[in-house]
Amino acid sequence: MAERKSRRGKTLTLLGLMVTFGSLGDVLLGRGMKQIGDPPSWAPGAALAFFVRAFGSGTIWLGIVLLLLFLVSYMLLLSWADFSYISPASAIGYALVALLGYFFLGEQVPATRWIGVGLICLGVFIVGGTHPNTTQNR
Amino acid sequence: MMAQTALFLATVVIAGQLGELSLSQAMKTLGEVKRFDPATLLRFIASAFRVKWMWIGVGLMAVAFFSLLALLSWENVSMVVPATAVNYAVGAMGARFLLGEQVTKERWIGVIIVCIGVAFVCV
Repeated sequence: MAERKSRRGKTLTLLGLMVTFGSLGDVLLGRGMKQIGDPPSWAPGAALAFFVRAFGSGTIWLGIVLLLLFLVSYMLLLSWADFSYISPASAIGYALVALLGYFFLGEQVPATRWIGVGLICLGVFIVGGTHPNTTQNR
Repeated sequence: MMAQTALFLATVVIAGQLGELSLSQAMKTLGEVKRFDPATLLRFIASAFRVKWMWIGVGLMAVAFFSLLALLSWENVSMVVPATAVNYAVGAMGARFLLGEQVTKERWIGVIIVCIGVAFVCV
């Protein structure tokens, strides 16, 4: 019983970290690429200069590091939790990005998106109520 | 063009989900990680790359990624991204039939609601 409770606790903690790393990583990578701008062409020289500029950006490196942390958290979670639990539960990231966009970036969020955010939260709440592991150490 | 779109969309979803299921299989092969100190984590990552399912997963996810890029060259993001919300249902089905997970009625209801929610967010 105690082990089951502690496993749920570590699942939710790691899920929170995974969603946060993934969402922030995407946002930083997007911001970094916007700062660099479009390449003038995809000729080999121009493309090489574009990638050199991209890998010289601190924002892009921070985004890459966060996405690597996302991948490690995902792998760790999958070492004990069901894929059919983690995959839908991670959709809470969509809601997080919409909320971050609204509260921190002042973006306009249309009504359909709020409906989607509400549905995702409801779906994740329902999935979160099921047991994270159904294949081992039940 | 319609048939081509359907084919590429199916590739994105099926290859992507099979890739993630393979990754899940690889991690289950390694077993539950109980300690989170840096040495244990590094050992875990290194052993992950020695499991064949990991490489199968990476390959399938690469196929899905490049199919998505190709699809986006002629279809709008506003059509493609909401359509890939079906990923969650396909993934749950794969988990049930390929990994033997018990997808309960509650979990199915949650998965379907998440699919609809993601489609709404991305429209």
